[in-house]
Amino acid sequence: MAAAYDMAVSSVGIEKGGGAPVVAVENIRKSFGNSRILNGINLTVNCGETLAVLGRSGTGKSVLLRLIIGLEKPDSGSIWIHGQEIVGLALDQLGAIRIKMGFLFQHAALYDSLTVAENVAFPLDHHRRDMSISERSDRVRQLLAEVGMEGHLDKMPSDISGGMQKRVGLARALALEPEILLLDEPTAGLDPISSGEIDDLVLKLQRERQMASIVVTHDLHSAKTIANRLAILNEGDVVIEGKFEDLQQSEIEFVKEFLKQS
Amino acid sequence: MSSGFPNVAGVSPPLPERRTELVATAASFTARLMNDTFEWFGNLGIFFWQVLRAAITPPYEWRELIRQLDEVGSKSLPLVALAGAAVGAVLSMESRSSLTRFGAKSMLPSAVVYSVIMEMGPIITGLVVCGRVGAGIGAELASMKVTEQIDAIEASAINPYRLLAATRVLACVLMLPLLTVAADACGVVAGWIAQTLVEPISLQHFIDQGFKSSTLHDLLPPTFKTAVFGFIIGLIACFQGMRTLGGAEGVGRAATNSVVLASLFVILADVVLVKFILVVFP
Repeated sequence: MAAAYDMAVSSVGIEKGGGAPVVAVENIRKSFGNSRILNGINLTVNCGETLAVLGRSGTGKSVLLRLIIGLEKPDSGSIWIHGQEIVGLALDQLGAIRIKMGFLFQHAALYDSLTVAENVAFPLDHHRRDMSISERSDRVRQLLAEVGMEGHLDKMPSDISGGMQKRVGLARALALEPEILLLDEPTAGLDPISSGEIDDLVLKLQRERQMASIVVTHDLHSAKTIANRLAILNEGDVVIEGKFEDLQQSEIEFVKEFLKQS
Repeated sequence: MSSGFPNVAGVSPPLPERRTELVATAASFTARLMNDTFEWFGNLGIFFWQVLRAAITPPYEWRELIRQLDEVGSKSLPLVALAGAAVGAVLSMESRSSLTRFGAKSMLPSAVVYSVIMEMGPIITGLVVCGRVGAGIGAELASMKVTEQIDAIEASAINPYRLLAATRVLACVLMLPLLTVAADACGVVAGWIAQTLVEPISLQHFIDQGFKSSTLHDLLPPTFKTAVFGFIIGLIACFQGMRTLGGAEGVGRAATNSVVLASLFVILADVVLVKFILVVFP
């Protein structure tokens, strides 16, 4: 398995000696019915790095994240997390990988029958039974304080705004101290001020925790703010990948048009 | 192909061709229906296997199980008790006139008790719980599915089949027999009330007469067959809920389908189980 991983890493162009990527996606294809969404995607993310995946609506950005966390299975290709291939793993085996990952859903996906504090405590209640109840409670307060939601412990998700739900969703995603953070449209539907606050929060967390992150967004401003590298998807392929300056210098028509319209 | 008739525009094709068309349409519809039915059963079988594997492997979700036992059991009790009482009262009133006609009025307590514990109590409990719990589970899980809450559970490295489905199925299996006992008790008491309003008789005498020709052998198998009803209700409701697509419409459809399909399979299962009980416990 290690030899196959090394081959996959070299095939997607990682420099030798640069450190193995934490997430490696190799030649991923995915269709829904007759519609081909991803057409042989290759991407890597290293420790401490943030990759922003941009593109038009419906180009498969969210599908890519769902494939990486294992909520969807690719039609072909490989996905490696910390050197382990996850395609084809059973649900419980996948669980051991997912514990190292945090996922923020586009609409936060908070459990609507639980309070804000109970939502954040949910992963801890299941995976950190070694912690006492008071330790878990302190951890929940700490996480909510990090995202600026410490005054809303007992509120229900329906009682808070969309931006606040995303903050709580982010706190929940960080509960198990993940090494990899996946963010699906973290600023979608938010006003510019709230978007800025989410971006600042993500940057702060990145500085403090040095996670590998993949952010799916259509917001170029947000991507420029929080990401080290950007990748643009179009019609199932990665059209360009690199720093924002590389994108600005690109001669590809679609990239120029995308940057102009954003 | 020439049919021997002139091809006049606006005139329907001749009878043999129309018949062929109808047969082809009916065959295609039947084939599609059978394919969908087999696919549904196949997916249900896969779902059952995933739930079973999740249920028997640790870590176990005891807290969620206890919550579901309360949800299925204690919160269904008032409705089940009322339904059981209504059935007992109606049985008593209806049986009285029939038995009087045949000079067997003294057998009324036995008739009411025997009918309630052998069949009416179990099937009424099953159908009432189908409606209340089946719709509730179907709608709740469907709503969680369309709002990505089930995906969030899975992304948190928690097995949703273990947390959501296995706990609900097990709660239904454990609670249905207990609810049936409650329905039977309320049915017998209501039957006594209906009888005593017409011709006073003490509850003690009614129960003595009622259970004179009934034994534990008569009570236990029909009561425990409701565990099978509970399994059907829990499994179908969870299956319908967890594979919902389509937003609010999908949630409504999941709730409706949970009730309709669970009720249908409970009734069919009752037929099979009654025969089974008659053979195994003659």
